[in-house]
Amino acid sequence: MSAISRDEVAHLSRLARIEMTDSELDHLASELDLILGAVARVQEVAGADVPPTSHPLPLQNVFRPDVVTPSLTAAESLSGAPASAEQRFKVPQILGDAE
Amino acid sequence: MIHSTAAEMATKLAAGEISSVELTQQHLDRISVVDGQVHAFLYVDTEGALSQAAAVDAKRVAGEKLSPLAGVPLALKDVLTQKGIPTTCGSKILEGWRPPYDSTIVSKLKSAGIVILGKTNMDEFAMGSSTENSAYGPSHNPWDLTRIPGGSGGGSAASLAAFEAPLAMGTDTGGSIRQPAAVTGTVGVKPTYGGVSRYGLVAFSSSLDQAGPCARTVLDAALLHEAIAGYDPRDSTSINAPVPAVVAAAKKLDVKGMKIGIVKELSGDGYQAGVRSRFDEAIEELVNAGAEIVEVSCPNFEYALAAYYLIAPSEASSNLARFDSMRYGIRVGDDGVRGAEEVMKMTREVGFGKEVKRRIILGTYALSSGYYDAYYGSAQKVRTLITQDFAAAFSKADVLVSPTCPTTAFKIGEKSDDPLGMYLNDIATIPVNMAGIGGMSLPVGLAPEDGLPVGFQIMSPAMKDDLMYQVGGTLEAALLRKWGSPILSNAPALGAN
Repeated sequence: MSAISRDEVAHLSRLARIEMTDSELDHLASELDLILGAVARVQEVAGADVPPTSHPLPLQNVFRPDVVTPSLTAAESLSGAPASAEQRFKVPQILGDAE
Repeated sequence: MIHSTAAEMATKLAAGEISSVELTQQHLDRISVVDGQVHAFLYVDTEGALSQAAAVDAKRVAGEKLSPLAGVPLALKDVLTQKGIPTTCGSKILEGWRPPYDSTIVSKLKSAGIVILGKTNMDEFAMGSSTENSAYGPSHNPWDLTRIPGGSGGGSAASLAAFEAPLAMGTDTGGSIRQPAAVTGTVGVKPTYGGVSRYGLVAFSSSLDQAGPCARTVLDAALLHEAIAGYDPRDSTSINAPVPAVVAAAKKLDVKGMKIGIVKELSGDGYQAGVRSRFDEAIEELVNAGAEIVEVSCPNFEYALAAYYLIAPSEASSNLARFDSMRYGIRVGDDGVRGAEEVMKMTREVGFGKEVKRRIILGTYALSSGYYDAYYGSAQKVRTLITQDFAAAFSKADVLVSPTCPTTAFKIGEKSDDPLGMYLNDIATIPVNMAGIGGMSLPVGLAPEDGLPVGFQIMSPAMKDDLMYQVGGTLEAALLRKWGSPILSNAPALGAN
């Protein structure tokens, strides 16, 4: 039985914002099927009585004093930008007709 | 003197027998002779390295007090930012990016006077065990150029084994420091999680990633460890405690009365015969040195690989969302008509390689509503069980040991179409990352059947990194007495040397 269909992979690729060709989707669907079959083993020992661990250190809400320190200038922050204008990141249209 | 240890180089520098400029130039020359074959480096910063070296020499002449490794060169894995120097993470998506800031590790290296030669090759975003996933082509193992140098930090390990650098920086999420060390006959250490700052380390899986030292000897690794470790307020997961005294531990050369636990589940079937025989001989050396050997069982380790391939991709799918073509990296398809989302999709299609896409999609699936509990949630529970297994094992032993990898270096291309087979490389190294403890790999000889290096893994409890250095240093010294010369003296000569 196939755990993951081609349509599901297409949906995931939309969620992950990665364009994929039909052949990539087919290939990935069969590979993920194999990988998911192998990793599903975790369910064998994941009983209701076992607490989850998200992180090796039991840390919560790490704060530092709210002190102003030197940071990057606008020019430095923008130095790697694909496009910039007026000391801002210039990006393609995010609202409106385009998707 | 490129074949010397970093500690020997430091001594000669301090005695004025060689300048840092001369030493740096020797390594740059070596890189230009052999890196065409090895491809350890993605970028060599000739001018920057020589000017850093000249600055250290000037300070020494002026009588300034310098740190132990001042003037010694180092190769930096391309996942750590260095201001103004290209940082690609082995990915097309960051091609041409020059970070505007130094990672904390680079700041510490610079203030220690360690000379940064350049950036080393790696699997894209540190996802892989062979460097074959680098967008810029694989690195080659100096022991046999047709074989992989391990991964993800194969470039760093290869640079050491090819004598292009005496020290290198790596990062280890599931074995990316230790497995390359094992297959190249070098030493690699994953410190306790939180022991070395992650600020400026481009994130793959934040709860597992840890930077650490790569070197040719245990003492050299310890010297570099002390130079880079310590609390950093810029990394909220950094541990605010004194750095374990790893240099002193590496020099102890004594394991009398120490209890060393062999992990039953990390041996036997699936491990190459030569890996097993060298591992057993190393255990004998430790017994001869006065250690007590106990067997420990960690029954949940058999689920570690499965849990890792859920947790790491899940965290990666979130971390790599930042590569959206808006603030840095390449942008594809921005014709003034297409919207941001479409440009994002086109950029990520072109910018990411196959393995990175595979893991992002896998992680996106594992975190989807409806599948979250069954996959990511269950993997987190396995993480608890693995941590409990370690706690029980460390109640019986001071350190734990295993082979670092099931096999010696495989051929380039051999496993590139077999993701599951590739993932098995990390079976013995992954549990360490899951629990956030320390792990070291050091060479214990060559497998008789193929003449390739075998790695020995030592695991120590969290923030007791000194214990693995103590055991590693003792074992290394015993093997050196037995062999008469370092393991790398058996590696083939490269280039015209």
